[in-house]
Amino acid sequence: MSHETIFIQTGLADKPRKSRWPARLDLLQSTTGLFLALFMWLHMFFVASILVSESAMWTIARFFEGYFFFGKAYSGLVSCVVGFVALAFVAHALLAVRKFPINYQQWRIVRAHTKQMRHEDSTLWIWQVYTGFLLFFLASAHLYQMFFWPEKIGPYLSSDRVWSENLWPFYIVMLLAVELHGGIGLYRLVVKWGWPNAPREALKKVKWALTGFFLVLGLASLAAYMKIGYEHRAYMGEPYTPDWVMEKEANADRGDGQ
Amino acid sequence: MSAIDNDIAQNARQQHRQLRISILRYDPRDPASTPRMQEYRIEEADSMTLFIALNEIREHQDPTLQFDFVCRAGICGSSAIMVNGRPQLACRTLTRDLPNEITLAPLPFFELIGDLSVNTGKWMRGMSERLQAWLHTKEREVDICRVEERMDPDVAEQIYELDRCIECGCCVAACGTAQMRKDFVGAVGFGKIARFRLDPRDVRTDDDFYELIGDDTGVFGCMSLLACQDVCPKSLPLQTQIAFLRRKMAAQGFTSSTR
Repeated sequence: MSHETIFIQTGLADKPRKSRWPARLDLLQSTTGLFLALFMWLHMFFVASILVSESAMWTIARFFEGYFFFGKAYSGLVSCVVGFVALAFVAHALLAVRKFPINYQQWRIVRAHTKQMRHEDSTLWIWQVYTGFLLFFLASAHLYQMFFWPEKIGPYLSSDRVWSENLWPFYIVMLLAVELHGGIGLYRLVVKWGWPNAPREALKKVKWALTGFFLVLGLASLAAYMKIGYEHRAYMGEPYTPDWVMEKEANADRGDGQ
Repeated sequence: MSAIDNDIAQNARQQHRQLRISILRYDPRDPASTPRMQEYRIEEADSMTLFIALNEIREHQDPTLQFDFVCRAGICGSSAIMVNGRPQLACRTLTRDLPNEITLAPLPFFELIGDLSVNTGKWMRGMSERLQAWLHTKEREVDICRVEERMDPDVAEQIYELDRCIECGCCVAACGTAQMRKDFVGAVGFGKIARFRLDPRDVRTDDDFYELIGDDTGVFGCMSLLACQDVCPKSLPLQTQIAFLRRKMAAQGFTSSTR
């Protein structure tokens, strides 16, 4: 058995040589954050395909299920990706929660500090704490749903979820939380590691522009899903099938008939 | 009347502002004392600094008021106080840059001596000892008769830039992390490590520096809120220095363990 636990228990683990884990954990917190933030932005583009057309959204959803490679949709592929994102999410949450104010004393002092200081970067961090805390629950619920029911991603089924299953308030809150948290987080990564080395004012302008863009894109997409969901409410649960697939299936049926 | 006379006459006619200065009063050595805000009113003068205003209050209104100063010129770092919620040097803060109502408080984090006076020196010394913030040379004894080794002027310039730190404590008072976690090294400490890391005479390697700041009370505890850089009265490049140390110390995470 390693003696390491005895050293840790007696508080002598860091003598004579300090543990290398704080360095690795710090790097892992940053890399999981970077991955999640970039994934979230890419994800937003896929979601926003509904603004192009129902068929475009259907194509992207089926693309990730391997429909255009295997000729058949395997929704398990989406579950695999969701599972990987969930792992990164849990790792990031675990690492980032170390920075949270963890008791009432710390919470009271840090709030008074940011209020008195009126310092933008410090205040932005408080917002990262708020939104990060919200995302523990919201992102978990979302990932859970996507992991177990990936086949329900589509122009009609997603819209039904948003409208008929009343999830649109959930999505509005999650959109705000995730865009703020990710945007501030990416800005913080840049200043934390010093790359790219640009003036903070300029970086913050870029950050707010990106956050604004993705919020508008997200809200517009959500509105589109709500509208489709409202119009589709009578047929709730029926998936969308593009015309060309219907034709193909009809042809195949005819072929079978002959 | 000459132009200068005209100016003087105009200044004399000009109404000076009435400043309302609220000061946090508290004497930690007196058990009967409780923290309270006390308001003083004084007339603003031309080019008045907060240091001058505080002296005027002490001289004419309240001789019990405690605050620190030594050099009056932003060199010693003694006069750092919280001005309307932010740390600043009283001697370098002009009242004309502030609103009529001014709130003054002692720096948080440091040991309070009384009113606006805090013991930054005690903490700074502890930090220096903890970080071994002195030159570690090859020779144990320095031969002062020998000619010193030459240093590249660019390196000397960079070292000098970081050596401008006056240990006023503003960076630590402005640091959200330090307010929550009292054992955090703080920007002043990182500046010192960066300074000795640059020095070619110092024999310590990144492995040695990792022993000093390679954990969550050190560089990995920094959350990059960067108020340190924004309040530093000496405009030290704290953001770039901390980011640089973070990269170097993170790289140490992938060196093999000797145990």
